Amino acid sequence: MPATYEKIATTTLGSAAASITFSSISSAYTDLRLVLVAQSTTGGSAIANARLTYNSDTATNYSRTSITGDGSSALSNQGTNQAFIGLAQANLSSAQPTLLTYDIFSYAGSTFKTTLITTSQDYNGSGVVERLVGLYRSTTAISTIKIESTLNTYAIGTIATLYGILKA
Amino acid sequence: MLNTVLGTLSSGVAASTSSYESIASATGTGSSGTITFSSIPQTYASLQLRWQALSTPAYVLLNVNGAVPNYLHYLYGSGSAVGANGAANFGYLIVNEETSTTYPYVGITDFIDYASTTKNKTIRNFSGKDSNSSSSEIMLSSYLINSTTAITSISVIAVTQNWATTTQVSLYGIKGA
Repeated sequence: MPATYEKIATTTLGSAAASITFSSISSAYTDLRLVLVAQSTTGGSAIANARLTYNSDTATNYSRTSITGDGSSALSNQGTNQAFIGLAQANLSSAQPTLLTYDIFSYAGSTFKTTLITTSQDYNGSGVVERLVGLYRSTTAISTIKIESTLNTYAIGTIATLYGILKA
Repeated sequence: MLNTVLGTLSSGVAASTSSYESIASATGTGSSGTITFSSIPQTYASLQLRWQALSTPAYVLLNVNGAVPNYLHYLYGSGSAVGANGAANFGYLIVNEETSTTYPYVGITDFIDYASTTKNKTIRNFSGKDSNSSSSEIMLSSYLINSTTAITSISVIAVTQNWATTTQVSLYGIKGA
């Protein structure tokens, strides 16, 4: 019997890598929570820096709606029929860590899968706070989660931890 | 485990091994639009509600101790615009979009210091729905209950509709030190 809030797996990069994957995820929990503390090797673009996909599915089954503040303005935008769930405006830095959380609801259920995402970063003069809701239009249980940078790599010391949350 | 408390009390009695506990959960029945958690234990520092809502289009209403919160302030994004507003006696967890039977509306709602009998109560909520279309919303909101009465009952209501059987609402308790 899994605990209510249990660590499933942790990855700490000992060398730069373009992606982090959790696979063979148990379906024993109600929700999943992924916590990512990431730095990029060279910085880059928001859309390329943290592409989230499930079950190795790269078809255009994803979409997301976001709200973002960058220190001077707020905006909301949307991406439909995407091949991944990407960030809207938050660029990972090589100098400072960015905190990202992913709450994946009813990941083993029979509905489409909705994820709440937070991105928090401050670069002492720039930075972004971002909140997103992402949709994965599949009724298949999620058993693999991949976070990928298509522009560069995640730096040594980047940490990703996956938790399982169980209902009563 | 994230929430494992290591160590023992000075008396030698083992400390609790978990600081994030599941109190209760409920799924939609298809014949009722109200999910209520009552007789909530008063032994935690705060509560967290995690919910996935599906129904024929409906607004989602939060009731605490049988009433809507006294005040609400929120920030939302529609995918094309941002907005902020506030209202009195307004307890909606969704302000512009309605639920769907296909696209889950999800949220995490925290009830801070809910068992206090000397403080008013503050609630915060982070929720959203994406439907691969303009009928999407992401929302951050806070609520004030202008009462020092401890929270013992929480309801999540699909206004004038019934919760689909795929609706899932779970209540967790977070312990203090």
